[in-house]
Amino acid sequence: MASAEVYPASEPARWTYLDRIRTRPGPFTNPDMFSGEAVAAAMETMKILVIGAGGLGCELLKNLALSGFKDIHVIDMDTIDISNLNRQFLFRQADVGKSKADVAARFVEKRVKGVKITPHNCRIQDFDEDFYMQFQLVVCGLDSIEARRWINATLVNMVDEDVEDSYKPLIDGGTEGFKGQARVIFPTVTSCIECQLDMHAPRAAVPLCTLASIPRQPEHCIEWAHVIAWDQEKPFPQLDKDDPEHITWLYQKALLRAREFNIPGVTYSLTQGVVKNIIPAIAATNSVIAAACCNEALKIASNCAPFLGLPEENYMMYSGNDSVYTYTFKHEKKDDCPVCGQLARDLPVEASWTLSELVDSFAARPEAQLKKPSVRAEGKTLYMQSPPSLEAQTRPNLDKTLVELGLEDGQEIGVTDPAFATVVFKFRLRFKQ
Amino acid sequence: MTEIIMSQTPPILHGPSEKERKYDRQLRLWAASGQAALESANILLVNSGAGTVGAETLKNLVLPGIGRFAIYDEAQVSEADLGVNFFLDDGGLGRARAQSLTELILELNPDVQGTWYPNEGVKTLDSLLAGSPVFTVIMYTHPIRPEQLSQLEAYGQQHKTPLVAIHSAGFYSYFQINLPGAFPIVDTHPDETAMTDLRLLTPWPELVAFAEELTKDIDGLDNYEHGHLPYVVILLHYLKQWKVAHDGKYPTTFKEKTELRKIVQGAARTNNPEGGEENFEEAAAAVVKTVVRPSLPSGLKEVFEYEHTDPVEQKSGFWLIADAVKEFYEKHQCLPLPGNLPDMKAQSKVYIQLQGIYKAKARKDAAEILQIVQAAPGGEHVDPAEVDLFCKNAAFVKLINATGGGASGSGVKISRADRLKSAADQEFANDETAALSLSPLSLLPIYLALQATAHVDVDVDHRHQPSSTGTGGLDADSILAAVAQQVPGAEKHERVVQAAREVARAAGGELHNVAALTGGMVAQETIKIVTKQYIPVDNTCVYDGIGGRCQVLRL
Repeated sequence: MASAEVYPASEPARWTYLDRIRTRPGPFTNPDMFSGEAVAAAMETMKILVIGAGGLGCELLKNLALSGFKDIHVIDMDTIDISNLNRQFLFRQADVGKSKADVAARFVEKRVKGVKITPHNCRIQDFDEDFYMQFQLVVCGLDSIEARRWINATLVNMVDEDVEDSYKPLIDGGTEGFKGQARVIFPTVTSCIECQLDMHAPRAAVPLCTLASIPRQPEHCIEWAHVIAWDQEKPFPQLDKDDPEHITWLYQKALLRAREFNIPGVTYSLTQGVVKNIIPAIAATNSVIAAACCNEALKIASNCAPFLGLPEENYMMYSGNDSVYTYTFKHEKKDDCPVCGQLARDLPVEASWTLSELVDSFAARPEAQLKKPSVRAEGKTLYMQSPPSLEAQTRPNLDKTLVELGLEDGQEIGVTDPAFATVVFKFRLRFKQ
Repeated sequence: MTEIIMSQTPPILHGPSEKERKYDRQLRLWAASGQAALESANILLVNSGAGTVGAETLKNLVLPGIGRFAIYDEAQVSEADLGVNFFLDDGGLGRARAQSLTELILELNPDVQGTWYPNEGVKTLDSLLAGSPVFTVIMYTHPIRPEQLSQLEAYGQQHKTPLVAIHSAGFYSYFQINLPGAFPIVDTHPDETAMTDLRLLTPWPELVAFAEELTKDIDGLDNYEHGHLPYVVILLHYLKQWKVAHDGKYPTTFKEKTELRKIVQGAARTNNPEGGEENFEEAAAAVVKTVVRPSLPSGLKEVFEYEHTDPVEQKSGFWLIADAVKEFYEKHQCLPLPGNLPDMKAQSKVYIQLQGIYKAKARKDAAEILQIVQAAPGGEHVDPAEVDLFCKNAAFVKLINATGGGASGSGVKISRADRLKSAADQEFANDETAALSLSPLSLLPIYLALQATAHVDVDVDHRHQPSSTGTGGLDADSILAAVAQQVPGAEKHERVVQAAREVARAAGGELHNVAALTGGMVAQETIKIVTKQYIPVDNTCVYDGIGGRCQVLRL
């Protein structure tokens, strides 16, 4: 093996180190999958999509450009904020307010010769399947579960068993503080983001009555200002969580509330954190997770070494709080996954529930997390969030109990949500005894 | 900030400063104290080889605002550098790599100072070390010339400067932290749920009185009051009843605690509109975790048992406080109370009163410890805030590298070479049973193979003509021969042979992703060492980019 020739890419001297690895097999390379000299050229024509040009996204673009990918697209609808500058290293003070996708793409194109990066300053939902079909790989660096679920459902739906090109591997990274995860998904073949949803359970909401009458924590006072006081007083027409004046209003309301109940600990920073649901983020962790994702992208694109996803491990958990700890394992695909599975998922309910209680319960369930669900059962529409006429027509059902609506133990229902236009979540009602 | 501001001045005045806004996402992790430590740090990177992992590490330290850095790198920017290192560009080709790196990395943060070497004035590593203000941390990348490594090690010992060795080649990497002595951390940031310490089995008089007052007529309480008793009060009440029924003994076994849980569950009222009581559910759920005797956590036990005879250690605030906490523990058979109370269903006023009782006890314990500290020689200089922090975190205080420096309890220091051999024995033995225990295979083979090339190919001129046949000690056979010298017999293990072949494949070259990932980890570790927050790796972390995982080894 050591005597094997290094096959040069188009700029041989520049890609010396990369070519040593991607054009020469190692002891773990699968010879049946490995193409040696052809790989550099093949990677040059590959199209790869990066979703997010934030903390992970900046790293992803740099890493992919230096991994031999030449045709990269990036989607991000956000503009650059000053609080991005501690980690989003493609942005400078003078870029504040500009499009993340534009600035990031231009910077990496300028630094890494020969790479083409196409920015899309919009939402992922603005594109249809035809757009996503042009890519061979999708890499996500997102901070929202909703967007991940949307692209996951879209890629799963695009799979056509007869068309090999319709399988788009999805590589997803996420970080919080010193921790993070990287995972690889082969849509319909391996466990998908929806299968893994319960690993990212939403934080339990504070009951409204605690906010309204018995606050105990500074967060309760802030949520009170955010949820109750703002609605009552409407100091500005619309709450803008990025407007310091609005945050200051909430902060002062929360302080008054806290003083009334003798609760210490309300600060501006905490107010901002609670209202915007801020997740701590640093450059170092993004560097780890984005690189782990792109390392898998390179291996999948070149077959120069075994990659995560198939057949065994598909998920790497990383924690840097206490020493360094990684746990790399296989997350099993779920047969009752609403997106990639075939079976309806069991849904424990109380027979005495009203439809309204059922509808509300979808938001808090770790495995569902649906905020605006519409519900159907065997051809019968029980409740629709939209259009308004249908909503009005089905609204009376909300006050009826499941039994009154003729629903039975073991019955299958279908749930849709505007956040996942194409997906019908299938559940089987299981009445609790 | 606990004071409450009620002024009617324009609200915007209370908003964060420009700097607080820029660093907001990280201040939430290490606070102003951690940021101040970062900003006064001075980091040296001795860069070599393909040079990417060092640049990526620095990037991750410059962005959060490290005070200053220096890069020592003897190489000139080559064409091959541009395909792997993001902080070099075409304009720098043929120029000093240290200069190009410094300039492009400094663009990332105008708050940071950076200098590069060798230059006209300072031509060698030796003269740089002799002429610079003391470095807080020194990082060096492999391969490094042995004489330079000796200079760095001597400097590290003399100035008590932590050294971090980094090696990244192909899909593999490792970094190794060499701390100058035992390294204690107080602000370890444990999970908040782990920090709950309610002392339900050793309640103090104020807590007992408060609980008794609320529960003296528990059955006569109206539904609202009954349904809003804090779970701490509920548990104290039923523990008292339990004691009466069990010869003055508290529940200790799991079975007894399950029984207590049933009693608490049974005491909830169900004849109310909700058909149950949330606070009693909380109480039942808390039984197993909170009805516990105070015990001495292993991390703190190690601190108590460590013989700190080094004069620098003896004078440090940490060891003075640790001694005082030990004395407190021996006297009271418990640690100072951290004083935080988790949220629980309760009326606001009752909860705040209960919170006040926990805080008051925590203050009292801290005051007692401060008194012990101040009575000790040198104790008058200890900052009371440091005492408070220690008391709050006492159960999670951690000592890193306890056997590496100072005079450890075991006395004799084991040589590094022997430690590697015994670690190898251990790791190879574990691998025999890994399939049965479902544990992942050791990554020590990767470390051995990389380490065999730690000083190979340092002639920078050779970087331009990388050899595919792997001359100069980079072929698999040379690597295995070098491994055999370090750990005789290891070269025969199949996984070591594979690792050697994989290292030979890279022939000293870096993959950008592996360098970036490793640079991220080293930056995390450097931040932990500089801020003395969170817990650093003790002492070697090996990364396998093929399997996608890490392993930490003490070598």
